[in-house]
Amino acid sequence: MDISIILDNSSVYLEGLKNTILLVSVSLFIGLMFAVPLAILRNSDNPFYQMPVRAFIYFFRGTPLLVQMFLVYYGFGQFDFIKESFLWPLFKEAYFCALLAFTLNTCAYTTEIFRGAIKATPHGEIEAAMASGMSRALMLRRIILPSAFRRALPAYSNEIIFMLHGSSLASVITIIDITGAARIINSRYYSPYEAFLTAALLYMSLTFILVFLIKRLENRWFAHLQPQSESRPVIEAPP
Amino acid sequence: MFNLHGYGPSILEGTILSLEVSLISLAISTLLGIAGALAKLSGSRSLKFASQLYTTIIRGIPDLVLMLLVFFGGQVFINQIASRFGYDSYIDVNPFIAGVSTIGFIFGAYMTETFRGAILAVNRGQIEAGSAYGMSRTLIFRRITLPQMVRHALPGFGNNWLVLIKTTALVSIIGLDDMVRKAGLAAGATRKPFTFYLVVAINYLIITSVSVYLLKYLERRYSVGVREI
Repeated sequence: MDISIILDNSSVYLEGLKNTILLVSVSLFIGLMFAVPLAILRNSDNPFYQMPVRAFIYFFRGTPLLVQMFLVYYGFGQFDFIKESFLWPLFKEAYFCALLAFTLNTCAYTTEIFRGAIKATPHGEIEAAMASGMSRALMLRRIILPSAFRRALPAYSNEIIFMLHGSSLASVITIIDITGAARIINSRYYSPYEAFLTAALLYMSLTFILVFLIKRLENRWFAHLQPQSESRPVIEAPP
Repeated sequence: MFNLHGYGPSILEGTILSLEVSLISLAISTLLGIAGALAKLSGSRSLKFASQLYTTIIRGIPDLVLMLLVFFGGQVFINQIASRFGYDSYIDVNPFIAGVSTIGFIFGAYMTETFRGAILAVNRGQIEAGSAYGMSRTLIFRRITLPQMVRHALPGFGNNWLVLIKTTALVSIIGLDDMVRKAGLAAGATRKPFTFYLVVAINYLIITSVSVYLLKYLERRYSVGVREI
């Protein structure tokens, strides 16, 4: 082991860390933004709304992220109408392609998570909202979505970790994320242990930081489910 | 629908290789998973610690990084050992072995969690009954715990299998001729990358859909003795 290789090239890893964080957070954010409306559509009874969303989820959950990324990065260049359109400068960029593939992928998984969470809303809550004369939109905003977010959090936290791990694929299409940095160092010095163990350590720290943050969020959101402490003052019934 | 320019058989070869990689890694991960679950549930503190470390580390590191570490690191490691024993020519690490062992090792950790939950779900009374009959611990495991945990393990096992199939796409990165790499080669020659990667994507969809169907059948089969509510 030669730690000096890593110390001398820490700027490469920093660049990689920055790119990984950027790729993961942007794709997760955009994916989440689209996932919520898609999950609502997926739960609708109208097949015209429901079927396209189902097909989207089926495709993106059934195929490897690597293949999806290749389809976007290498695949779209096959079509002349894309090459001639104003979109080509975007699709030429590896960064954009990785971001697009990641976003679509995480969006499909997240939609499925929210679909389940929305479906699991207790009937009583919906009935109570209807009895109070809420419109469908108000009911979604005030009753269904807030509780669905809570139910979805444990599964969504897994998705966040999966996306962090999945983002290492970006290195395959020339992007310098953490894995990309490790591959550069490995090929420059032929020192696989130092290069990849550093990357592994970085990913592990990121994972554990995320798990810690999510745990805190869960404690906050699930405060009402926590066992109540014994010392809570009991209000006595008046004699 | 798809004009494959004569690359159909080559993609098919790659598909068969992908399936081989998946099935062999599944076997490895199942064995590791059972061993890990037994270690986690055993009384020994060191065994518990080792299996806990195993699952924690695997969940913290991306598959690709681990695979590259095994592939490149294993190469250096084996050659260092070989030269210490006076073997001078260069040894190449077989990407098939590197890929299969990495994927098996990674999914062994997920299987450990699945099997641990499944073993815990087996009714305590059954195990007590077994020991009341004077069965040894291995006999109890073989005759009572193992057959009954299958039902509880199947849903998680199935999920792991579906993720595992998709993870095998990574072996193309370390140079194994699976269907993704075959598609890449065909795409380079014909300049039709979209067509070939779409074919590969459809192949994966077919494999996962067939798997889901078979898993549903197995789940029904192993739940025959359970009363439905």
